[in-house]
Amino acid sequence: MSILECRKLTKRYGSLTALDQVDLNLESGKIVGLLGPNGSGKTTLIKIASRLLQPDGGELLISGSRPDENTKSIVSYLPDRSYLPEWMKTSQLMQFYSDFYMDFDRKKAEELMASLQIPGNVSIRQLSKGTRDKVQLILTMSRKARVYLLDEPIAGVDPAARDYILRTILSNYSPDALVLISTHLISDVESVLDEAVFLKQGRVVLHKPADTIREETGKSVDAYFREVFAC
Amino acid sequence: MTWTFKGNEPIYLQIIAQFRLSIANGTYPPGTRIPAVRELALEAGVNPNTVQRAFSELERDGLIYTERTSGRFVTDDEDVLRLLKADLSSETIAQMFHQLAALGMSGSEISKAVKEWADAHEKEGNPK
Repeated sequence: MSILECRKLTKRYGSLTALDQVDLNLESGKIVGLLGPNGSGKTTLIKIASRLLQPDGGELLISGSRPDENTKSIVSYLPDRSYLPEWMKTSQLMQFYSDFYMDFDRKKAEELMASLQIPGNVSIRQLSKGTRDKVQLILTMSRKARVYLLDEPIAGVDPAARDYILRTILSNYSPDALVLISTHLISDVESVLDEAVFLKQGRVVLHKPADTIREETGKSVDAYFREVFAC
Repeated sequence: MTWTFKGNEPIYLQIIAQFRLSIANGTYPPGTRIPAVRELALEAGVNPNTVQRAFSELERDGLIYTERTSGRFVTDDEDVLRLLKADLSSETIAQMFHQLAALGMSGSEISKAVKEWADAHEKEGNPK
């Protein structure tokens, strides 16, 4: 059964159509890549799923419901930018997340933070970009959600941080949850993906298992992506 | 085991090929336990469902079996292992023949060259 479903989902910004009648069904237990160049609609789709934007046409359903307070409690969203209050200390963040989210596993988050040797008494502004990104990912993945929406989780981090992030996503794998990763850095993530969705100018032009793409084209997902999106 | 994957081939097939080789060459001797799905997925940096798919195929081919509670093990069926080695050797030979045929060698030329190579290196290997 689909945990995330789009039916003729459409979103416009003035005269620009960001999502154009998107039909998409994504299932639990899958790690799916939402792949497309800048401006293809990836972030717009994720923001509709996390109820930060309203569609102009069609609908998006999380476990059968339109995004609302209830779906928010089962959707864990990692924005593509730094969103943590700069002044907050890492220990306060733990409390902040515990207060906001019933499904936040504080013990797990603290263990992950300890493994990164991040002390509890430093404020967010004292952390490097790579470390902030890891902290945000830890907070996002430490919720026991049904849908994880990760918007560009590995953009602009060094290779070691990238490996850490991908390992954290893999070690958190649950057959009950969908992980949707938006990125244009395909070669870095493709080995962890079950399925790839190609978004081109607001339309889904391909949705297939990653191994099927390799089997049918004799190319990596990255190489095939470059072919489909060649300018 | 260190894992590197070619981008242009299905990953589940590459995991299967790696396990067939490791079982045939004794890296995983008969009856030994192989890693759990999650463990291998993390180690290799691949999707758990991909590992699961590879294990299902290896199991269907009789190369590994599942003990309900304790995990997956390499078969100790000697016939299956003998067949595996025969398969791997004919795959390797087929590959070599294809590559040499592409250079314009005929089947009998290749056979002759293989025999000569083996004779020469047998002497090398056994200087007595």
